Amino acid sequence: MADQALKPEQLLQIDYRPPQKDWRDPKVEFRKGVFCYSALAKNLEYLGLPNPRKWQPHDEDWKLPSNWKEIILEGMRERLEKYRSFRLFMDICVRCGACADKCHFYLGSGDPKNMPVLRAELIRSVYRRYFTPAGRLFPNLAAARELTVDVLKEWFYYFYQCTECRRCSVFCPYGIDTAEVTMIGRELLNLVGCNINWVLEPAANCFRTGNHLGVQPHGFKDSIDFAVDELAEITGVRVEAPIMKKGAEVLLVVPSADYFGTPHYYSLLGYLMILHEIGLDYTLSAFVSEGGNFGLFNSHEMIKRLNAKMYAEAKRLKVKWILGAECGHMWRVLHQYMDTMNGPADFLEVPLSPITGTRFENARSTKMIHICEFTADLIYHKKLKLDPSRNDHWNVTFHDSCNPSRAMGLLEEPRYILRNVCNQFHDMPENTIREQTFCCGSGSGLGTDENLEMRLRGGFPRANAVKYVRDKHGVNLLACICAIDKAVLPPLLEYWVPGVDVAGVHELVGNALVMKGEKERPTDLRGTPLKMKEAAAHA
Amino acid sequence: MNALSSLVLAVILAALAYMGGQIDGLRLLFGVIVPYAAILIFLGGLCYQVILWAQTPVPFRITTTSGQQKSLPWIKAGWLESPWTTLGVIARMTLEVLLFRSLFRNTRADLRARSRLVYGEEKFLWLAALAFHWSFLTIFLRHLRFFMEPVPAFTNALAMLDGFFQIGAPVLYGTDVIIVLGLGYLLWRRLGDPQVRYVSLFADYFPLFLLLGLVLSGILMRYFTRIDAMAVKQLAMGLVTFSPVVPKEATPLLFMHLFLLSVLVAYFPFSKLMHMAGVFLSPTRNLANNNRMVRHINPWNAPVKVHTYEEWEEEFRDKIEAAGLPLERK
Repeated sequence: MADQALKPEQLLQIDYRPPQKDWRDPKVEFRKGVFCYSALAKNLEYLGLPNPRKWQPHDEDWKLPSNWKEIILEGMRERLEKYRSFRLFMDICVRCGACADKCHFYLGSGDPKNMPVLRAELIRSVYRRYFTPAGRLFPNLAAARELTVDVLKEWFYYFYQCTECRRCSVFCPYGIDTAEVTMIGRELLNLVGCNINWVLEPAANCFRTGNHLGVQPHGFKDSIDFAVDELAEITGVRVEAPIMKKGAEVLLVVPSADYFGTPHYYSLLGYLMILHEIGLDYTLSAFVSEGGNFGLFNSHEMIKRLNAKMYAEAKRLKVKWILGAECGHMWRVLHQYMDTMNGPADFLEVPLSPITGTRFENARSTKMIHICEFTADLIYHKKLKLDPSRNDHWNVTFHDSCNPSRAMGLLEEPRYILRNVCNQFHDMPENTIREQTFCCGSGSGLGTDENLEMRLRGGFPRANAVKYVRDKHGVNLLACICAIDKAVLPPLLEYWVPGVDVAGVHELVGNALVMKGEKERPTDLRGTPLKMKEAAAHA
Repeated sequence: MNALSSLVLAVILAALAYMGGQIDGLRLLFGVIVPYAAILIFLGGLCYQVILWAQTPVPFRITTTSGQQKSLPWIKAGWLESPWTTLGVIARMTLEVLLFRSLFRNTRADLRARSRLVYGEEKFLWLAALAFHWSFLTIFLRHLRFFMEPVPAFTNALAMLDGFFQIGAPVLYGTDVIIVLGLGYLLWRRLGDPQVRYVSLFADYFPLFLLLGLVLSGILMRYFTRIDAMAVKQLAMGLVTFSPVVPKEATPLLFMHLFLLSVLVAYFPFSKLMHMAGVFLSPTRNLANNNRMVRHINPWNAPVKVHTYEEWEEEFRDKIEAAGLPLERK
């Protein structure tokens, strides 16, 4: 925890009353703790992006190209012609304000420009000035703004204070999606070299090595081998985890955090255990050693560039279909972008579970299914032997991650799994789960330490709902299916709701899974003694 | 400030027509020329904007899912909130357009004791919006009695229904009351809710004042100054049959009413009022959540620079080999 000085009570001195100053005034203060550092020049250079240089958002001079204004306006024109969403969302908002208090950043900061309506107005006002007759003729009446350096800075500040979680779009009577506005806003900033490093470094790494962390092939192999060894120690069963095995039936794609960070790692163990237990013929790949796609937080073009490897590798390895692990934004890309961008996947087959015989017709075009769909199907057909009492030290709630819920509708599968692998499960209040779920506050590339205050603020509504079930039902574990969640929720919950841990759904599956030939397992996958935990819980 | 300037503008416009209606030379302008011009601008602008939207591609299928996806057969899928068929999308859109489904979800967040966020029901915005829009539609349809001869049966039936309680003479229409209440609430909310007032622009108040002026002038004519309905019909029929006449019984209030309507329809295509057409085209609502079932085509799917497997293998050849992983090109 970086900024221990800031107490929760202090952070909650939130004033929701709008300030005196008119919102059209673009001045923002880049205060420590509420913004992300700029992308390093080397990352821009590696990806071939414009205007690589040394700069920081709090600098007075952003070293923009001299024709930056033309570049941005031309970029806007191009995108207005390419995206109906963008044009429409610029035109039809009535500013009813239904979205205002739906944003976690607004709820946590009280900054009116974090109301989705105003976040979009930041760019809409420029749209009106340059692209509508009313704005050209009567800029004042039409609330049309000149594009100035201050406006550009304001865009940077607020478009990197939006996690593209789409909660507001659920409530908007016209379905206006701020994520779409933010994505376009970031694309425009990208045109003049205004990026953040927490997005572009992973993107550059991923482009080069195949994963966000920059793990090279031998490192990938080591990590997987390590997991196999550790599993043998915990369970007494030595599983196989083939890498780049040609002709395997299934390609398994995991987010890189799964083999590099905790608690993600325990979910990886869970996948390896299940796939071994059912005897699925699958392979991992060091080339596609990342399911996530930070391109989503940079530009549509970058999504496609980073995603291209997935189908290419499936084709090269001659697998039949692809299985994707627990990761939120990864699944937005896989569900809503991959097939359109890099399909058709006509060289693959409709995913078919060889164990249950289920044909996943819902993925008949992309040929890729979510591991929760796969596991839920296994459990439903009673193909897994489960002992939920091995999770009795956990009292579990489920956090729907933004993208699987609002860009996919994956709501019941993980809950079905959880109800089968643990005995104590309690959902958070209705307004904070499923399609109304709250973001962790660090998604879309904002999960960096220098941005901690804003992350804590943005994560407050989520944490507050966790607190409710902790206090009411004694919940001590939040399960989720998103790699970013798993990385950022532990410090968030430690700050707002001490006493609640974070785990992937498949970690709990791994705990409960009774494997053939396993030895007595005195601990869970984390190495926590089961009995001791149980005794502690009863005490 | 925005509220005041739009009110001033609306009042000036209303006054202009009210006075103009009393000057012989201007009666033709306000009674015929302006309405024709307004309707032309409306139709032209509306078509232009809708065609522009429709011609702009939808590169990605970015449905906002508000319910369970269609996946495994034994999991109940949200056919309405996460539709995967065209029929489901039509149902979702119908609820959205006719009943403002998404707005119905609205809640109000409240930070209690600086520590606890609670979410309360907040249905008034939805109710007022629904009351306004449906009343407006009903009133619009009722007005067809001025523009059609013979008067269509459904218009008469609607008027009967609207005046169901038979209060007063002329009979009080329920929608006349409801629309004033609806508009009144929407205006009051815009001014009274600090957040909404902060985001409100001139363009948000102006149509509200135009509508209020339109509605109030209509109410005045019907219930208080008792306009000669035949004169109104004469004017209206003249306009729709392209043989315009301005009857001498036409009162200044009628000119005001007609002019405010003209301004509203002429303003319509250039304003946020276009949400009426735009809602049908919103890609987060009008697309099925069948992304993995049916491939969505992006008409401009441009090629991009990628890092191929071959390039990757070349760059990491030694490491792949040392790790004992298979190489494509030995």
